[in-house]
Amino acid sequence: MLRGERGETVREALELQLEVGKFYGARRFVPITNVHMMGDIEVMGDSGLAHLRRLAQAGGHCEVATTTNARCFDFAHVEQLGQDAGEADKERRLIAHLREMNVITTDTCINYQTLYQPHFGEHVAWGDTGTVIWANSVCGARSNFESGPAAMAAAMTSRVPEYGFHLDEHRKGTFVVQVEAEPEDFAEWGALAKLVGESHQSYFEIPVFTGVKRAPTADELKHLGASLASYGSMAMYHMVGVTPEARTLEAALGGRTPSETMVVTDADIERVFTGYRSEGPCNFVVFSGPQLSLLEMKRLSELFEGRRVHPGTTVFATSSNGVLSAARALGYAQALEAAGVTLLEGVCVYILQNLSRMRERNGWTNMVSNSAKIVNTITAHKFNTILRRTRECVEIACTGVFR
Amino acid sequence: MHGGVPVSAPLHTIEVARAFGPIVEGVAVVSSEGFSPRYDLDRWSGVITKRGHKLEGVNIRDKILFFPTAKGGIAAGWAFFDIKAKGIAPKALVFGVTNPVMVQGAVFANITITEGWSQAPEESIRTGDFVRVNPQAKTIELLRRAEPSP
Repeated sequence: MLRGERGETVREALELQLEVGKFYGARRFVPITNVHMMGDIEVMGDSGLAHLRRLAQAGGHCEVATTTNARCFDFAHVEQLGQDAGEADKERRLIAHLREMNVITTDTCINYQTLYQPHFGEHVAWGDTGTVIWANSVCGARSNFESGPAAMAAAMTSRVPEYGFHLDEHRKGTFVVQVEAEPEDFAEWGALAKLVGESHQSYFEIPVFTGVKRAPTADELKHLGASLASYGSMAMYHMVGVTPEARTLEAALGGRTPSETMVVTDADIERVFTGYRSEGPCNFVVFSGPQLSLLEMKRLSELFEGRRVHPGTTVFATSSNGVLSAARALGYAQALEAAGVTLLEGVCVYILQNLSRMRERNGWTNMVSNSAKIVNTITAHKFNTILRRTRECVEIACTGVFR
Repeated sequence: MHGGVPVSAPLHTIEVARAFGPIVEGVAVVSSEGFSPRYDLDRWSGVITKRGHKLEGVNIRDKILFFPTAKGGIAAGWAFFDIKAKGIAPKALVFGVTNPVMVQGAVFANITITEGWSQAPEESIRTGDFVRVNPQAKTIELLRRAEPSP
């Protein structure tokens, strides 16, 4: 490959992987079976688009099944959201280049709920931190954070350098979280993860949750993981009795002495919620980041049933084409739209193109969400963010009153 | 006065654990808070815009940035390449602890990056000091102190 026998694009891809592998002291490559990559015009910019065009023209080709993460346009809503037509056109071209290179443009950050579930020990190359932490923790599969160019490289070479979470020694718990709290709402699982992640920001820190009182649902683990990855830059957690490499606390720690035991109570979680302040009108409520599962769509449609979004308030809910198609077939989508909720497909709100100007134009200062992840990530757009439980978010959406 | 040390000798040297990229020299910006090019940075101006970030308002262009940690996001992979193409990239990223996204992104954009340090930089290096990052030798050298303000 390095001699260029499989083409220039493969040679370049492998060189990138070699340098990253050298940085981490990787001794070899491991074959992978699935790639999930982030590639959207908002984050790639003109230079990234030009790079993709060059790769596509040079015959770049993904050798393993490769899907894409949420992007920054829902083409049906470009005008309504006041997004740039020129940028939307670039996004279309970007998607076309990806398809030329054999990428399946699924535009979802919940591939693990909707597209591909890797088995125990399977090596994959996933982008979007929320997907990686799910693969490592819940599936027992193995992936590092593979950013756009790195995931693209892996797709072309069908391998990744073996470092980090591909190795047993990096998958043992490093500290213990004694969960005395009993989180119920997604926002409470997210708040728990915020407390753990914010105080232990490191890719190689792995919390071991113990004492969880009941079996969490898939969507609860989704919010927990996405929040841990966002606040803590973490790629794995264990939950004793729940995740596959944590049948016991001892197994999760793998003989290692935990650096500390952190206790989280309901009062700690409550303090997260009371820490947010409203600045001006509460007229922007978001259910996104991660995209909603069908079960979340159903539940949300039930909470909005018989209600209307407050005049002047905008409510976004985002999901994938697959989930939204099913939600429409089942009537959940119509129920949400009847209540005044805007459903966006294939996007995540915090990466929407033109979001800062959208904020200014609509007079949004606060963003209220039940997702701890988006409450963290959207702050670059100068929102004052507020984490609230799902039911409270609906209440704020329908009354315009902060509570 | 006396012969003294050659002018090129560093005033202080910090060793780093892992490193990639060309040797670079520039003005240091030392942060006590972590960094994400997606969450914290306006990728059109190169200014850190996250409300309340310890470096809010600082322009990162051509700087040598010291961060204790990397935060969140996969986006850095493309973001560094993007800001380099826009001419607003830093010269080097010096992390206490980083994550593979930052490394992949820096390698892809050919921006110098290091991880791990023998001594916390704030003990010896201050914002405004002139430093050299040498990935081959895995060192960071303090070349001269910031000019005292008039």
